[in-house]
Amino acid sequence: MQTSIIPQLRDTADGQEADRILRACTHCGFCTATCPTYQLVGDERDGPRGRIYMIKQVLEGEEPTEKTQRHLDRCLTCRACETTCPSGVEYAKLADIGRELVDQKVQRPLPQRVVRWLLRHIVAYRNRFGFVFALGHFFKPLLVGPLAPLRQKMPPKQERIDWPQADNTQRTMLVHDGCVQPVAAPNTNAHAARILSKLGVRLIAPKASGCCGALSQHLSHREEALDFARANIDAWWPHIEAGAEAIVITASGCGASVAEYGYMLRNDPVYADKAARVSELTRDLSDVLAQEDLTALGDIGDGRKVAYHPPCTLQNAPGLHDNVAEILTQAGYQLTHVQDPHLCCGSAGTYSILQPTMANELRENKLASLNAGAPDVIVTANIGCQLHLEAAAGIPVRHWIELLEPRMAQPAAA
Amino acid sequence: MAHADLAASTEQALGGAPRKQQLIERLTAELPADIVLHADEDLRPFECDGLSAYRQVPMIVVLPSTIAQVQTTMRICHANDVPVVARGAGTGLSGGALPLDDGVLLSLAKFNRILDIDTDNRRATVQPGVRNLAISEAVSHLGLYYAPDPSSQIACSIGGNVAENSGGVHCLKYGLTTHNIVQIEIVTVEGERLTIGSSALDSPGFDLLALMTGSEGLLGVIVEVTVKLLAKPELARVALVAFDDVRKAGDAVAAIIQAGIVPAGLEMLDNPAIVATEEFVHAGYPKDAAAILLCEVDGTEAEVEEDIERVREVVEREGATEVRISRDDAERALFWAGRKAAFPAMGRISPDYYCMDGTIPRKALAEVLIGIGELSEEYGQRVANVFHAGDGNLHPLILYDANQEGELERTEAFGGAICRLCLEHGGSITGEHGVGVEKIDQMCVQFPSAELTQFHAVKEAFDPKGLLNPGKAVPTLHRCAEFGAMHVHNGELPHPELERL
Ligand SMILES: Cc1cc2nc3c(=O)[nH]c(=O)nc-3n(C[C@H](O)[C@H](O)[C@H](O)COP(=O)(O)OP(=O)(O)OC[C@H]3O[C@@H](n4cnc5c(N)ncnc54)[C@H](O)[C@@H]3O)c2cc1C
Ligand code: SF4
Ligand code: SF4
Repeated sequence: MQTSIIPQLRDTADGQEADRILRACTHCGFCTATCPTYQLVGDERDGPRGRIYMIKQVLEGEEPTEKTQRHLDRCLTCRACETTCPSGVEYAKLADIGRELVDQKVQRPLPQRVVRWLLRHIVAYRNRFGFVFALGHFFKPLLVGPLAPLRQKMPPKQERIDWPQADNTQRTMLVHDGCVQPVAAPNTNAHAARILSKLGVRLIAPKASGCCGALSQHLSHREEALDFARANIDAWWPHIEAGAEAIVITASGCGASVAEYGYMLRNDPVYADKAARVSELTRDLSDVLAQEDLTALGDIGDGRKVAYHPPCTLQNAPGLHDNVAEILTQAGYQLTHVQDPHLCCGSAGTYSILQPTMANELRENKLASLNAGAPDVIVTANIGCQLHLEAAAGIPVRHWIELLEPRMAQPAAA
Repeated sequence: MAHADLAASTEQALGGAPRKQQLIERLTAELPADIVLHADEDLRPFECDGLSAYRQVPMIVVLPSTIAQVQTTMRICHANDVPVVARGAGTGLSGGALPLDDGVLLSLAKFNRILDIDTDNRRATVQPGVRNLAISEAVSHLGLYYAPDPSSQIACSIGGNVAENSGGVHCLKYGLTTHNIVQIEIVTVEGERLTIGSSALDSPGFDLLALMTGSEGLLGVIVEVTVKLLAKPELARVALVAFDDVRKAGDAVAAIIQAGIVPAGLEMLDNPAIVATEEFVHAGYPKDAAAILLCEVDGTEAEVEEDIERVREVVEREGATEVRISRDDAERALFWAGRKAAFPAMGRISPDYYCMDGTIPRKALAEVLIGIGELSEEYGQRVANVFHAGDGNLHPLILYDANQEGELERTEAFGGAICRLCLEHGGSITGEHGVGVEKIDQMCVQFPSAELTQFHAVKEAFDPKGLLNPGKAVPTLHRCAEFGAMHVHNGELPHPELERL
């Protein structure tokens, strides 16, 4: 498409990057076909092509209002559009630039600012979020009346299981221990560690690492996201130098973000190389397991029915590979047919909190297709999807790794 | 130039801002306010379709979700003499859904439900905004599909397909949209509902359905479509054939048809097109080939095995350098995926592309291709060729950079020259993308004024005030006269009977 970026922006790194991305778009509209929000509302402004166009307007000097902001807010950043686009338009990168630009020009009403601030300053920090989470559970009985919906958001507390004994003779890999998952589903990484240990891999979770930065990135604070990225790189680097083979991701939302560190920090003279190396080493847990010989785990599925929800980040983010279905099938589970696997469940990071109406509609559709095959359990690969779906599923929603543990494979778990 | 003409069409306008305000008031008095868009910020994303070089911000956009709302919109616009442009998915490549600055753009995108699937009679009744591919997906488990498959099928709407009489890679055997629909319902310019066609095989009287198909939004707004469904063939296999010379590839196309084979699809890509699509799809296209053919045959297992071997023989005799035959459906889908993504994949090798659409007799294929190559040198612009070779429907894609001053104009001139080349070889200026605004001047070259007069008479019968998508598809005689003055061809004026302006 033709562009004419205004001079003030044309010479900035963001302006040039946005222009490069825009120029690749041919306005063909293919992307609208797989965009969950466009399919829901049938409005050009709520589809990728329209959003790209609105961002283009802003870059070309049009003054945006809260309307442009709203349509950009309604985007899930699920990147289904990127996977569909034949011209290779890097929508998510453009959206990050566009959103930040619009947020600089359009001040949000106070309640929105408060919620966004809280998300960035509490949820993104494991200890603070853990505290609020515990507090929430303590006061759960008091969540009545207008506060009742919050109850639904709160997953049950997990009884912690043990990590395996550290075995120093094993190969090593790092595991990313983000912000929400260690609090809401601390066992996911423990399960991963136990299974990898059986396969001869020791998983290390460096304490100093934290939120991957995705929260800030998608809430228009890209600088802050870079700080999170640098902190994680610092926490991981000594282990990488000591020979850790991979950074294993058990929440694909975080994975998509870590896989972009190389891009995000490309202009940072100190971190660019390290960040590129980190992104290179980033691998989804299913990708790691697919490279190992899993016969030792045996047939633990026993033909039980599982519906798999592949998170958008695992389907669409460059750098991550999804092997969950093959692994579960190999382990003896029967995967049910799920219609429209490419459609987002509505969780999308903080989306379910910021855009509840659209998020709930997407979840309803998603659960209908997940439940269509009458599965015993729903599994996914991202903490966000897991919590979001669990709140309304009616049947258990798990991280798929749990199904590889014999104990978890018992019917009681399903 | 189309741009200039658009401005002219606005002269009969509502009289600027006050009338816009008035119309907003009248519309919102009867329609929910949030489906009537009028602020510039909201209107911009609708200013163009798949042909983004042509842009016009509409006066108002209406986003109805019920037929009653469409009727209301039409009634109010008709009473106020406001032109209306219908829009489906906005994937059109000829500017058919280009808005008017004094008009309403009526989006049918919210009409995305499949209403009925009648397995016994193999019919599906759908709303106009349903995506072409969504129909086949919805009946796939019944062993059925909807045959016309434009490359844009993932996104384009069935209403748009009817309006453009769209074709696809399988049209060679299964026909265009017009051969695959049985009934439509339209809302007339006055806001009345009208059913055209019937679910019976043949209906008495004029075949209005055929007239509506390809009418580019000039005769009515399509609000429901009943399509035919076909049984999926038992087996389909596709041969990917490479050549080191486009001439040989062109001759092979003619030879395949002459051999009496009826391929389900027969497509050709030249080298620049191969290289660009391979980057995206990794379909395994040989990047060093001068051209490739994709030739699909379908039917029973025995038929397919026999036909595919005959295809192999013919192309080998014509000098193919490589023949690969799909082993299973996954590989077949992969071979096609490259072709289907070929246009937008140009975005990877060039900032902009201009997609032409012409037809020529099959035997002229090689000649025309070589002619296009010569024109490419003459105009100094790259061109990639992708086309439905089986039915001689060419899609030269002229690569250009819209940010470079003058390039679009040069590209348009190049496009015009390609059109004339097609006509010289006994072809037509549009195969399946419609005339829209983009090829309206070429219409003057193709049709004598007596025929154009008849077109106007038909239009008049449906839309006496000329409010439905004015300025598209059928040029006025005056417009042709003006155009003739600009492009004197072989020393002859196309419409000597008209007074020059
Ligand atoms: C990459 C690419 C590849 C393509 N490949 C092909 C191909 O292989 N074959 C092919 O035939 N076309 C192809 N096209 C062109 C285009 O997709 C088709 O013309 C398609 O039918 C347009 O459908 P749409 O819903 O996008 O219509 P739009 O672009 O929205 O509208 C097209 C025209 O139809 C009218 N219209 C739309 N809906 C209605 C309605 N409900 N009632 C009345 N009028 C209406 C509009 O006014 C306009 O004149 C391609 C386009 C792209 C971008
Ligand atoms: S599919 Fe790609 S090129 Fe086409 S409109 Fe969407 S982003 Fe642009
Ligand atoms: S990221 Fe998802 S929601 Fe956003 S525009 Fe792309 S497909 Fe639509």
